[in-house]
Parts: sequence; structure tokens; C-alpha cells
Amino acid sequence: MSARGTIPREVDVAVVGGGVVGCAIARALSQFELDVCLIDRETDVGFGTSKANSGIIHAGHHSASGTLKGTLEWAGNQQWGPLADELGIGFERVGDLTVAFDEDEVATLERLRRQAVEREVPGVELWDGPRLRREEPNLSPEIVAGLFAPSTGVINPYEACFALAEDAVANGVSLLLDAPVHSIDVVPDGLALGLPEGTVQARVVVNAAGLGADRIEAMVGLHTFDLVARKGEEYLLDKRLEGLVRRIVFPCPTPTSKGTLVIPTFDGTIMIGPTAVDVDDRDDLTTTSDGAAQVLRAARRLVPGISPGDCIAEFAGVRAVATTNDFVIGATEVPGFVNVAGIQSPGLTAAPAIAELATRLVAEQGLALSPEPSPVPFERCPVPVRDLDGATRAERASADPAFGRVVCRCELVTEGEVRGAIRRGATTLDGVKFRTRAGMGRCQGGSCTWRVMEALSAETGRPVDALTKRGGDSWLVLRREDPMIDGATS
Amino acid sequence: MSGLRPTGDTGEPGGATPDDGPVVDAGHEVTTYLCIGCPLGCRLEVEESAEHEIVEVRGFSCRRGERFARQEHTDPRRTVTTTVAVTGARIPRLPVRTAAPLPKGLVRALCDRLASVRVAAPVRRGEVVLADALGSGIDVVASRDLDRTDAG
Amino acid sequence: MSASRPARPRRVYDVAVVGAGPAGMAAAAGARQAGAERVLLVDREPETGGILNQCIHSGFGLHHFGEELTGPEFAQRAFAEMVDDGLDVLTDSFVVDRDADDELSVMSAEHGVLRVAAGAIVLASGARERTRGAIRIPGSRPAGVMTAGLAQHLVNVRGLLPGRRAVILGSGDIGLIMARRLTLEGIEVAGVFELLAHANGLTRNIVECLDDFDIPLHLSTTVVEVHGRDRVEGVTVAPVGPGLEPLLDRARFVPCDTVLLSIGLLPEAELARSLGARIDPVTRGPVVSSTMETTRPGVFAAGNSVHIHDLVDFVVEEAQLAGRSAAAHVLGGSAPRDNVTLVPGENVRYCVPHTISTDREHTVYLRVRRPLERSWLRLGDAYEKRLRYVVPAEMVTVKVRPRFLEGFSSEALRVDVVPREEG
Repeated sequence: MSARGTIPREVDVAVVGGGVVGCAIARALSQFELDVCLIDRETDVGFGTSKANSGIIHAGHHSASGTLKGTLEWAGNQQWGPLADELGIGFERVGDLTVAFDEDEVATLERLRRQAVEREVPGVELWDGPRLRREEPNLSPEIVAGLFAPSTGVINPYEACFALAEDAVANGVSLLLDAPVHSIDVVPDGLALGLPEGTVQARVVVNAAGLGADRIEAMVGLHTFDLVARKGEEYLLDKRLEGLVRRIVFPCPTPTSKGTLVIPTFDGTIMIGPTAVDVDDRDDLTTTSDGAAQVLRAARRLVPGISPGDCIAEFAGVRAVATTNDFVIGATEVPGFVNVAGIQSPGLTAAPAIAELATRLVAEQGLALSPEPSPVPFERCPVPVRDLDGATRAERASADPAFGRVVCRCELVTEGEVRGAIRRGATTLDGVKFRTRAGMGRCQGGSCTWRVMEALSAETGRPVDALTKRGGDSWLVLRREDPMIDGATS
Repeated sequence: MSGLRPTGDTGEPGGATPDDGPVVDAGHEVTTYLCIGCPLGCRLEVEESAEHEIVEVRGFSCRRGERFARQEHTDPRRTVTTTVAVTGARIPRLPVRTAAPLPKGLVRALCDRLASVRVAAPVRRGEVVLADALGSGIDVVASRDLDRTDAG
Repeated sequence: MSASRPARPRRVYDVAVVGAGPAGMAAAAGARQAGAERVLLVDREPETGGILNQCIHSGFGLHHFGEELTGPEFAQRAFAEMVDDGLDVLTDSFVVDRDADDELSVMSAEHGVLRVAAGAIVLASGARERTRGAIRIPGSRPAGVMTAGLAQHLVNVRGLLPGRRAVILGSGDIGLIMARRLTLEGIEVAGVFELLAHANGLTRNIVECLDDFDIPLHLSTTVVEVHGRDRVEGVTVAPVGPGLEPLLDRARFVPCDTVLLSIGLLPEAELARSLGARIDPVTRGPVVSSTMETTRPGVFAAGNSVHIHDLVDFVVEEAQLAGRSAAAHVLGGSAPRDNVTLVPGENVRYCVPHTISTDREHTVYLRVRRPLERSWLRLGDAYEKRLRYVVPAEMVTVKVRPRFLEGFSSEALRVDVVPREEG
């Protein structure tokens, strides 16, 4: 099944932006009898802000009271359990610890604990030093107390995007990738979106374009919010450190920031970060030496056993933060144009709840929501070979030898899985990497890059010099330009 | 100038700062080479008369160094290793080498020449891929066996 | 395990060798020569030879074969030396781990999951290259930043070009050799940039790979930022100060579409680690005894999976010893236990093996921290030897004979390489 549809001429709803929010909205809409298309400028879903997300499903006691994001956070947290189950994506409620180094910070923890009680976030407990030491022996001995929230979880943000989009496509959504929207015209009975390969007319447009949401809004003549691009750098540590902490560790929050966290990701690596720096260039995905120093310093303050030599990879993402410091979700004065913008943290957590809200907003634009009579059940990705026991691995490999050939040694990914990822929609090295983890381990693709390129070429029929890292001009290799060959017989 | 020791951007440690060197007779020319015989990396000097005869070799710490300086000065040679196209094998390139060191000046020309050579598997190590390369009297030979596969 | 599942095939060997590069082949040969009857050699690549197959340049084997060979030639001759009836070779096969029954689990397309019971194991899995993440080069994350070894594979084996204009960060031998390869393939090499004040590669490679082609080597200079959204568009380089801190006021932009990293190798020691062998934090490989046994009895290791070598000949020597020791472990007749621990002292980064025995001769490999023109090698107060010139880039090899240590009675022997005054 290909995830890439041809361009439809008319749809009921066009969702602009294939990040986790857009994907969740498209999937929610696909459960109704509606023609929907999901449009993204990148070559794969989740390749914008979502890809660099920390992957935390927050418990809901951190964000400020009286905000939309605060309201949707806890609702989203509750929805992720069943959603992850249905989509077969990894989700684990590892819990989080917000830690205090002194009595002032303990007072802040106490305030957060009361906030949790008010919001009915269950199981939140204040742990003293000895309890902390017992539960998390690698935390700094200078930490005096911690607030434990068991309902905090971790997922893979990109895995969520892929699964949501795949399920949406299976249920009839057209996925248009490499498709930057360059214009939106108000036409009778809807809006016409100009794309590189044609025009799509939609009765309703959901603007979930992340960092591009203000530009999309401007295309219909609106200016209802302002965005700030806030960059965050994250650093991934060697898998060897798995188990260093079992729960996500937050420093005591300040009024402006959640601070730098130590995150045991769903895949077992430890991630430290993020930073939060406002940038002018929304494409600024650079990591910096200051960022590295800041993240390492902050992480080592929490967990002194982390050292700079443990770092295997780093990356940066840019969040779209509305100047109101809250989500911007709602209808606008342009009929059919709905904003789902300014989705900063906890946007990933809130995504399923945002999708629910957006579905209601779409209905309010005059579209009838009748449930799809025969929804296609989601075809889950097979369990990764690395998570199988020996006997099951043997069974899989005897059924298909490609599941016996290891392509990525660091993360134990087989050729069968790489080919499967390509059949499910990956077209680039990063597409394969984020679907299978091939190239994400400690050698960072040094040994599997060629094998993945070979599989991509074999599955897609494209020569290796036409393959890219992540679309656009991110070419990988050039072909030799040899002169005429002597006595060429091939 | 080849053979000169590389210097850092800063001209600071790492590169030998050229010193004034010994007094040289008029018309004589001194060329320096970095010895590759051992980690010492001696800075070798070859002094040549106006008639292009070697007057003196200096700066070496062993006989090998002296020999290297003379060879490098009079007839520098390199073993050339590259690949040529191969058909019918598991991989598309066959590694090849010169059977003996080739005059240094011919290295690039040989690589250009080999770009238009293609062989068909099976190939055996030592098999001549290009005989008497560029008239040097030196053959280019296969560096490995490559069996014929159906996939090629 | 339920009975309906297909059984995993199981094989029994005296010695199983993991990795069929130069170390693995020599270990397998060593084990056979020492009397091991059934030896298995496993490698994940489709053929034996390991990284030698892509190292098409010459310079291998001067000690072992008495002539200068290219990597593929060395690999083929080493294979010919090794191959015999008592040896099974499994290629395109990956050793995943050792299961609860102490059997190796080997995955391949051909056999699925194979269980291997072996009396002894030799780990010869080589090394991996340090990557961008290890040194945290700031900047964007475009295509075109790759390790020199990956570029070497693409160019030498696949016949593809990594780009049109390259910058090489790090002066390790692979980087220097790739500078020449790229040049000969018509790719412009804008320069080699080395953080330290001295080159990391062999002098010979500086001369033959850089100077021959007028490729500049910029010492005490590093890449401080990578530019380009989709594909590399250039790098900012800057000289570094005495503390290796970049002097950003003297930074400059170098346009390029490719950045090759030649910033060092790390032993591939994951299997050793998962088997519970102790890892030396300096070498990042397993701690080994004078018989190349790790701290896990019956698990031996050799070659770059223990510590990074410069010469394949020493890899072979070390691996033959590991293979012989593995055979002795199975057949009985292991050498007496070591009684002395080597302690890296002044100007010594590490010593391999980590322990020795005073009753027999050993070859000890060590690396110094800084270059010294004239030096003494000292083994405690027991022995000293003149060394000519030592640099971190070239491993120092020392024969330690029983008579050197006559009268030495301590358990720890300090190894120093100290300056020697003229005279």
C-alpha cells in the first residue's frame, strides 16, 4: 500500500500540516463519511516539529491553570493509552519525577501536588530523599525531594505520526506530500488550495501547519495570532546507559520553563534536553556548542553519571509558540477556515484531544458527521525483531529469510523490517530510520546506510543516486561520470 | 612543492618552521622532503648543483632515509591503487594496483586511463587489467578474485 | 517455548570466532593450528576479509607476508592461509548475543536463528568509526556528513561518489587515504582539518596522500559549524587556542557539499560487554590477559575490538595468540595465570594486555599520550629501554622477557615513557 495519493480535485476537508496534530485530525475525520486530504510540504509526515519532539505524554499537573493547553493536556493523556493500543505503537507510562534541591523548591513541588489533586491527576506523591535514592539511585545526592507522577508516559512522536497517517490513509484520506501550499483562494462553497501539482478545493480547511500556520492564515487574509519560533536542542546518549533513570526527571520548574529533562525514551535510549531559545529563522535546526554545554550541565546536575562522551547524536527542533502562550484553536471569520495553531508543549500529549475538538469545529462549519459504516481496521506494524525472543525470531526468519538478515547491527533491524517500512510509505533514509531505528544507534548509520539505500532502490525502483536523506535537495551520492568504456559489453 | 612538511594555519606547532638552513653555493638548489620511513619524519634536504647533480643529502637519521631522499629526488614513484568497472560480479568495482611503483608524474594520467577500462568477471587476483600502462612497462593487475554471479 | 514452533538449528564447536576480518581469520587459523578440531568463523558481511576489502590501498602485510599488499590482497592471502577442512565459515550472519543456555544466537537469511555452542569464543568484531555525535559538531544536519569509512565503501566497493567538493575533519589514516581517493576520482578536497597540533595519521600518508596532491592540512584547526538545510553547503572552520578552544574571531567559511569524518575508531565491544566482560574505559575494549582472555573465562578477544591498531600485522599476531589460547582453553593446557598487572604510568595512555605473567615472554602494545623525540620506556624499577621517537598515532610494541623482571615481586608494574636527555 502506498501512503501517497494522487491529488483529489474536491474534498470536504483539507488538513494542512502533517505533524502529529494534523495526522491525528486527519485520522479522526477519516472515521466519518468525509473526503479528506492531508497536505504537508515535507516528504514524509512528522518531518517538521514533531520529529524533534521529546516524546513525553505529560501527566497534566505542570501546565498553568485556566489555559486551553492545560485543559486538553490531561484529556489527551487519558486518550493516548487506548489510541496507542489500537495503533500498535509503543507507549509506556514510565512516570515522572520533578525534583527539588532545596526547601524553596520543595514548596514548589507541594504547589504542583495540590494542582494535581485539583485536576484529578491520580497517584501523585511527594517522595523524600531516601525513597528517591531507593527508586532512582543515580539521581544527584543533592536532590532532597521529588514529586512522582505515575501517569506520565513516553511514546515515539514520529511513530505516532506514521501510524495515525497510515490509519487515515487506509480509511480513505488522501496524503499529499512534498506539497507546500502556495495560495488559498476563497471560492463559492469553499476554499481553493494552490499546490505545486494543482488545486484542491475544500469546503473546510484545517490549518495545522505548525511553524507555517501564520503564513497559511495570511493566505486567506487573516492575522489573528503571532508565532514565535522557539528552538530546542536535544542530545541522545548511548544505549549502554539504559536504566540510568527509569522515570523522566524534571528539574523544579521556573515560571518561564520546564527546564532541561532527562528522558528515558520509549526505545531505551536516554535523551537530555531540550533548550528553549527563540530564533528568527524558522528553519534553524542547528545545534550549538552553547546548547550542548547548557544541556549537559543541566542534565549532569540531575544525574551526575552522564558524561559528554556518552552522547551519540544531537538534533534540534523548532516549536511554534503563539505569543498568547496558549493553543490557538477555533473557527475564524473566513467561512470554512479553522485554525489549530500555536501547538507548543504539551501539544503531543494533547493531540488526540485536539483532534476531537477540531472534528467538532469542522462539523460546526456545516459538514455532517456520519460515522464511516465500514471502517478499515488498522494493520499494525509487526513487533520489531529486536523485541522478539529467540524462538519467535526463528519463526519469523523461517517464514521470510529477509527477517533473518540483520541490516542495522546497533539496533538489530532486519532487511525484512526495512523493506516493510518502505512498503508502508518510507521513501527516504530518514523515513526508514524513523520507522525502524536503522541508523539511529551508536554507529549512526556508518554500517547500515548502504544496505538501507540498496533496499530503498530495490523496493522503489529508483537508482541510488536519486535517493535522498529526507527529500528536497538532500541527495546522498552521485553517479560516476566515466568516459566511454573500452569494449563495453554488459 | 611536494614533500614539504605541512604547516598549521597558525604557523604554530605541528609544522616545522622553515629555518634559514645551511649556506648553499651559488647556483645550487636545495629541495626538502619529509621522510616516510618511520614516525621520526626527518626533514631531508637534497642539495643539487647547477648541473643537476646531487651534491649532498642532509637531515636523515638512518641509511633508509638517505636512500629515500635520493630516490624521491631523482625518480619518485608510487604504487597506484584504484578501481575499474567490472561486470557480472557481486560488486560493480574491481580493486586494481600497479604491479610495481609507477613514476609519480603518471599517477593521475593512469587513473584517467583506468576510468575507461571495464573487465568481466570472473577475475583472478594478479590478472593483468591493463598491460604496460601508459608505456611505463608496468602492468595494472587485479587486487582480488571476483567470481561471476548471476546478479551481475 | 511451545513445541509447535520450528526448532532453531544448533551446532557445536570447540571455538567460535566472531568477525572474519584480519583478526578473526588469524584467530581461526591460530585455533586450528593449536589443535581445535571444529572451529566456526562468523561474519555479517557476505565475504570474509572485513574492512580490508574496502581498503584498496597498499601498505598491508610487510611484517606478516614480507611484502606490501593492498587490503583485498591481504584478505585473500590470509583466507588462503586459514581455510581448511576443520573450519566452518558463516558469512552474511550476525551474532546477536549469548542466550541463557550460554549459546550464541546467530541470525542469517540462510539459517534463520542458529544456536552455536562453543567451548571458547574469540571476539574479533573490529571497530566502528566515531561519528558526528561523539564530538558534537554544531550546526545543521544535512545529507553529506559521513564517516570516512562509509565514503570509502561507497567509492571503492560501490563505485559511487559522495559529492563534488569535500572537507575532511580529522587526520586519521582513513581520512588521509580518502583525501587521495577522492582526488583521484575527480572530487575536489578543500582541505584536511585537524584539531590537534599534530597529524593523527602516518607520516607516509601525509606525504603520499596529501602532499602529492597539494591538499592542505590545517593543524590546530577544526570545524565549528556545518551549514546547509538539505545537503551540506559548507563548513565554518576556525583555528583553536592552546586549550583547543575555537578562536571564532578567526573563523572562515569553506564551501563544500561533503564532510568526511576521520575522527577515530572505537572498539566494537558490545558483545564483550553483553557477555559481562570488563571494559577498559581508556581503550573502550575488553580488559584482556596475556592470553587475550577477557575477564569472562573462555571468552577471548583480539584486534581492533580490543584496542585500535595502526598495522594489520600486529592485529594478526595478537589474534593468532587469542586463537591458540582459545584452543588451549578447550583442550586443556592453558598457560599459567598472569601474576602482574600493567599500570599505565607517565605518558602512557594504555597497555594491552592488561596483565602479564613473569614466567614467559610477552608482546606488550602501548600508546603514549604525547610525542617524545627521545625517551625511556620504564617497567617499574625493573627495566628500562631506549625508545627512538614516539607519537600517539603510532603504537609502541615492546617485548617483555622474563629476565627483565627477575627479582620483581609486586603485583602491579608501572609502565612509563619518559623523556631521555641527549648523551
